[in-house]
Amino acid sequence: MSVLAHVFEAAGIATVVLSSVRPMAEKVAPPRALHCEFPLGRPLGRPGDAAFQHDVLRRAFALLDAPSGPVLVDHPDVIEADDEPAACALPPRFDPDLPPAVDEARGLRKAYDRAVARRGVTSVGRVITADQVPDALAVMHAIAGGADWKAAGVPGGNTTAVCHDIRTYYEEAALELVDGPTPGGRAVEAWYFERTEAGRTVLAARAAIREAGAPNPVWFSMTPGQR
Amino acid sequence: MNGDVAMRARMATAPCPEFPTLAWVTPPALADATVAIVTSAALHAAGDDAFAAGDTSYRMIGQDRRDLVLGHWSPNFDRTGVALDLNVVFPIDRLEELAAQGVIGAVAPRHVSFAGNQPDDVATIRVDSGPAAAAALKAEGVDVVILTPV
Repeated sequence: MSVLAHVFEAAGIATVVLSSVRPMAEKVAPPRALHCEFPLGRPLGRPGDAAFQHDVLRRAFALLDAPSGPVLVDHPDVIEADDEPAACALPPRFDPDLPPAVDEARGLRKAYDRAVARRGVTSVGRVITADQVPDALAVMHAIAGGADWKAAGVPGGNTTAVCHDIRTYYEEAALELVDGPTPGGRAVEAWYFERTEAGRTVLAARAAIREAGAPNPVWFSMTPGQR
Repeated sequence: MNGDVAMRARMATAPCPEFPTLAWVTPPALADATVAIVTSAALHAAGDDAFAAGDTSYRMIGQDRRDLVLGHWSPNFDRTGVALDLNVVFPIDRLEELAAQGVIGAVAPRHVSFAGNQPDDVATIRVDSGPAAAAALKAEGVDVVILTPV
């Protein structure tokens, strides 16, 4: 973002960056930056809080009054990511003949459909549709159980893409099931990887692919780096 | 380790380009300025071309679009905020409110989305796609951009 600020300013457009990594903003030094120590992925800080978002924008636009730069100012609030798993109901086991993650994914379908109806859009669809999520989890289950990842039929042949689609299906469904206040950054990620069969299955498949000696790009981005 | 702490630590030592000179534009008064959003969230309108991994191109997003897909390839940030409220990444409703209040002059007719996880040298967005996107906004009368990172 800070790089693009230099590019846009050079083209004659005044810029203000909402910085998310302060050392980067210090090094790249865009003309004007408001550093926001908020959860990564939430540069305006709080979803559903228009007053807070307006406060961020007001402080950002105020930097346009500076006579010269670079200008780097901190937003006074710090919002930390929440690593506690969100409280989301999971469907009961229904078909004991299926791998647990496949059964679970089927049971979440109605919640996912409600999410799509509410938002009018889904971010599932890089290489599979929602209909294909259970089958994709069956592939991950097989890999976790020792099947050769190269021959297991990973959709699109792209482990990163299919894991994005599976996780997105779960996260969009989770937002229809969460009990309590708006989940903080990382709370639904923690739910997915620590509470769901799908998350555990993907982690196990990733470990199996890594241990089989696959190149780093095949397995690394199947999950967040710290997992 | 907390995922955000881990990511910030990693990005703090990532290679960064340096800019020996600072371009500087004095914009018109905010109440007269046309404002656009430039995000690196790899958002794109449903039905528009998806972002590939390592994509250095950009997508234009019309002011009236709210059916935006998150096409970012990094698994290392929260995705639920934008699913709950598009404005936490792409503050289009907030800008429209500011325009209605007369705080800003106007909301730009189109906005720009890049993918945040670029090649380390960021060469293409510096000399090719970045200037092209800026020229497109400039041609549409944009005076100010707010850049939102993901």
